[in-house]
Amino acid sequence: MRILALALRRLAASLPTLLIILAGLFLLLQLAPGDTVDALAAQMGGGDPAMMARLREFYGLDLSVPAQLARYMGRLVRLDLGFSAIYGKPVAAVILERLPVTLLLMGSSLSLAFAGGMALGVLAARRVNRWPDTLISTLGLVFYATPSFWFGLMGIVLFAVNLGWLPAGGFEEVGAGHTGLRRAVDIAWHLVLPTVTLTLIFLAIYLRIMRASMLEVMTQDFVRTARAKGLGETAVVVRHALRNALLPMVTLIGLQAGTMLGGSVVVESVFALPGLGRLAYESVVQRDLNTLLGIVFVSALLVILVNFVVDLIYARLDPRILAGR
Amino acid sequence: MQAFRRYLRNPAAVLGLLLLLLVIGVALAAPLLYPEDPLDLAGRPLQWPGANPRFPLGTDPSGRDIAAQVFHGARVTLLIGAVATLVSLGIGILAGALAGYHGGWVDDALMRVTEAFQILPSFLLLLVLVAVFGSDLATVTLAIGLVSWPATARLTRAEFLSLRSREFVQACRTLGMGDARIIFREILPNALPPVIVYAGVVMATAILLESALAFLNLSDPNVASWGNLIGAGRGVLRTQWYVSAIPGVAILVAVLAVSLVGQGLNDALNPRLKAAA
Amino acid sequence: MSAPVLAVEGLQVALPPGADRPLALAGVSLALRKGEILCLVGESGSGKSMMAGAVMRLLPPAVRVASGAIRLDGEDLLAASEAEMRRVRGARIAMIFQEPMTALNPLRSIGDQIGEMFRTHTALSAAETEARTLALLEEVRIPDPRAALRAFPHELSGGQRQRAMIAMALALEPEVLIADEPTTALDVTTQAQILALIRDLQHRHGTAVLFITHDFGVVAEIADRIAVLRQGALVEEGPAAEVLNRPQHPYTRTLIAAVPPLAPPPAATRPEAPPILVVDRLSKTYRRAGLFRRGGRETRAVADVSLALPKGGTLGIVGESGSGKSTLARLILRLLDPDGGAIHLDGLDLARLSHRAMRREAWRVQMVFQDPYASLNPRRRAGELVAQGPMLHGVPRAEAMARARELFELVGLRPDAMDRFPHEFSGGQRQRIGLARALALRPEVLVADEAVSALDVSVQAQVLRLLAELRDRLGLSLLFITHDLRVAAQICDRIAVMRHGVVVEEGRAAEVFGAPQHDYTRALLASVPGRGWTPPTLPAEAQETA
Repeated sequence: MRILALALRRLAASLPTLLIILAGLFLLLQLAPGDTVDALAAQMGGGDPAMMARLREFYGLDLSVPAQLARYMGRLVRLDLGFSAIYGKPVAAVILERLPVTLLLMGSSLSLAFAGGMALGVLAARRVNRWPDTLISTLGLVFYATPSFWFGLMGIVLFAVNLGWLPAGGFEEVGAGHTGLRRAVDIAWHLVLPTVTLTLIFLAIYLRIMRASMLEVMTQDFVRTARAKGLGETAVVVRHALRNALLPMVTLIGLQAGTMLGGSVVVESVFALPGLGRLAYESVVQRDLNTLLGIVFVSALLVILVNFVVDLIYARLDPRILAGR
Repeated sequence: MQAFRRYLRNPAAVLGLLLLLLVIGVALAAPLLYPEDPLDLAGRPLQWPGANPRFPLGTDPSGRDIAAQVFHGARVTLLIGAVATLVSLGIGILAGALAGYHGGWVDDALMRVTEAFQILPSFLLLLVLVAVFGSDLATVTLAIGLVSWPATARLTRAEFLSLRSREFVQACRTLGMGDARIIFREILPNALPPVIVYAGVVMATAILLESALAFLNLSDPNVASWGNLIGAGRGVLRTQWYVSAIPGVAILVAVLAVSLVGQGLNDALNPRLKAAA
Repeated sequence: MSAPVLAVEGLQVALPPGADRPLALAGVSLALRKGEILCLVGESGSGKSMMAGAVMRLLPPAVRVASGAIRLDGEDLLAASEAEMRRVRGARIAMIFQEPMTALNPLRSIGDQIGEMFRTHTALSAAETEARTLALLEEVRIPDPRAALRAFPHELSGGQRQRAMIAMALALEPEVLIADEPTTALDVTTQAQILALIRDLQHRHGTAVLFITHDFGVVAEIADRIAVLRQGALVEEGPAAEVLNRPQHPYTRTLIAAVPPLAPPPAATRPEAPPILVVDRLSKTYRRAGLFRRGGRETRAVADVSLALPKGGTLGIVGESGSGKSTLARLILRLLDPDGGAIHLDGLDLARLSHRAMRREAWRVQMVFQDPYASLNPRRRAGELVAQGPMLHGVPRAEAMARARELFELVGLRPDAMDRFPHEFSGGQRQRIGLARALALRPEVLVADEAVSALDVSVQAQVLRLLAELRDRLGLSLLFITHDLRVAAQICDRIAVMRHGVVVEEGRAAEVFGAPQHDYTRALLASVPGRGWTPPTLPAEAQETA
């Protein structure tokens, strides 16, 4: 309960940040050339000035800037993200359709990156400066330095085009009409390449942090105490070092959540996945600012939510947090 | 000097430096070897590398010379990487220094803004900025700098927080030194090494961000960028995969070089960690 | 005489190439017998901690035993396999460390960490383990042992953590206990309790204790026998009373001569001058308030403190950590802004000055800091560090550098040291640079905040002598803040004792030490280790310069 209270307090503390974000988005909207009505008119192939004026009135675009800001914030608080002229639906509805794909992609990538990074990081730290460490660290560097979309493209060339093992794109086989477990397996099959593509760079980051964190923890006094107790190396690592070394990793999840969402834009575009990221890309291309800003807002909420969960996990791992520093 | 010698004793760091020199060399050589506009039609489209001695790396779907684009792409990459990094470091160091030194409401306000930038997925924010302000080279570079400063700010702030309470800073205050002088002349030189090292990460990220943007056709279409070329090769991926593969290797080399140099600097400037290993 | 439990024979420990000397320990032989406390004494860098590392086979990486033998009950530990060594560690030789803050795993409960001893070395059931752990916590007299069992390290005070460490070390009734500076990080009253506890438990269990320390006061308190280590070589060994009162080796003699006696020198009762600095009901409260935190916490760091420093005199402010003495110093220098009260310096109220005005008047009060490593900007040359102050107050660079040169000579540094960077100096030399920097502004009042606490005892004596000499020569008034009563006795005319932000007693040094009025002062004096031992007055040795 105390943990929950603490995390809720942290959640409340992110409210001012959210306000700053909203004000920033509104400012960007003001700076953008043309407004919703222009976009609508363009969609309809031009419109007469009188009708556009009426539409402006309808959308409140004739009000003063502060009044518009207040309206904008008021709408966002009710999760009313406006109307997408391109899709002809409320933005919230469009986003909701696309969200599950992105969540699935992010969740699987995060799990893979965290688990893999932890295992490889510990392995590298235990064999520091010997060949397993060198190999793992080199792989990490290469993964980090390679653009994910390029990995994705090369993966398609190798595994889809040449070997034919995996599908080249899409979320599921369209028109196959799979249901239940068959469908889940099909989706998983389609997500293998995108997940690995999105994971690699984060795997590299996690393994590097885990390695450094393990090396750091192993020099600390309480590890010496554990050795002085007569514990074997494995017991020292598993019972004393690991949990301490995990703390920075957990923090990193929160910090990287936004980056991962950004990465999904590219990966979803490469693999033609109908997710939030691809939607963002499409709305940029189609100049659908309402949808784009809606996505940014939802992403911000998502990141805040991830950080809330991270706070809960962190407080469970580290009893010092509850003591309020 | 000692740090420099330590740097040279680290093979990975030396490799990084050589790769970086290679990329810089390629960028410098571009106007000499390929004085023509690399985006002009050069020959028959989609010639495989090696098939025509005039085009050692082949031609792309629009009949442009891939080698020329790779050489000129190095210039664009380095330019965008360096300028965006400077912008990001400038904002980040200033915000971090002020927040860390002053604490209190200054810190609160600056950190809220930093958090706002950190919560927004930087690539999404980059898309928004490009959608609003257009995608010419200068805008893209500035936008990349603008979305990547929060980590620098946090790092600088953490350094300032720990240095601020150090006794030598208190000693300066007891001598009657003013705040601006303490921040920039006394603390900053001590806080800078880890930030400089981090600049490697910022530059690597900046290069990757630009290439992703270009790959999506949202960067400046009028410059030869590696990401643009990969995007151009996408349509012929199934048969002429080399069009996308070659510039990808170039990005890999550039980012690897920058990160290896950054890591090498880190090891050279903080020998303590190395010694413990 | 019984056979030794632990015998170290001709032990050589090699340092990695590039260290300041090839051998950390150069052929040291020691014998530790059942039921005795052997104190291994040495200054920093003497290699005393390497001894513990070698016996436990827990040396830092790249440091290794070159030759010699370490026998536990006659069996050579150097020949033991790693698995055999693990059975020795904790079960037959246990260890307690200096930093109780970091020596325990922050993420696991105390009971869990003590219980791990039983789980590692015995086959006791969970219930038995818990019962034994509880009994141990009771034996080390931790308040509320049942709660301590479930507590995490951060929930205990430093002294309680060290008790938990001792409980852990004694869990399996080891034959040998190695204590590496176990009380150095503790306050003096806590230190006295922990020393008494170690003594008591050692008596009851007949454990042989190898007690590593740099503090001769602690040695006098606890040692049966003493071994003195210098630069990796054993220079003297013998029964405690012999070594303490009739030291033979010149190095031991210098060390003991540098230990300040716990009584102010009887001479020089100077006439009381009018005060130069008057602190009047000064207060500072720290608030930890949060917008979303229920009820912020308040700490009254300094509460209505009133003091007077006579012109040309030395006022000592003594107290344990958390007493508010350092906050008081920082208030007087306006490094912190007071909540209330006045600081009258020669008629000027410093507490009322604006920050800008304070910067102008900053030269009047200067400070010498505690940490010789952190108090000098590592990126500035020594000369510049000293000249910086005068230059800030408008003195031309050439003149400021000339003044710095004079000051270097005054504090006993060679003028060519001005071009060197701080890391090229020893700790004592750095304190001298700090002193020169403070003096460069020709202050009226000098505040020394634990200025000699981080130094080895022989260097400490030199810096103290220098401070007293400069005070008399330059007519400085000195506010001397320290936790060390022995040091305070040496240099102060007046003493103020602080506790929880309040001055509990203030008076002439001779009176405070001779006839303390307040209970806390008495407790503090009674806790000073080795108070029953008066260091013998030895013929002066040739003085080394730090």
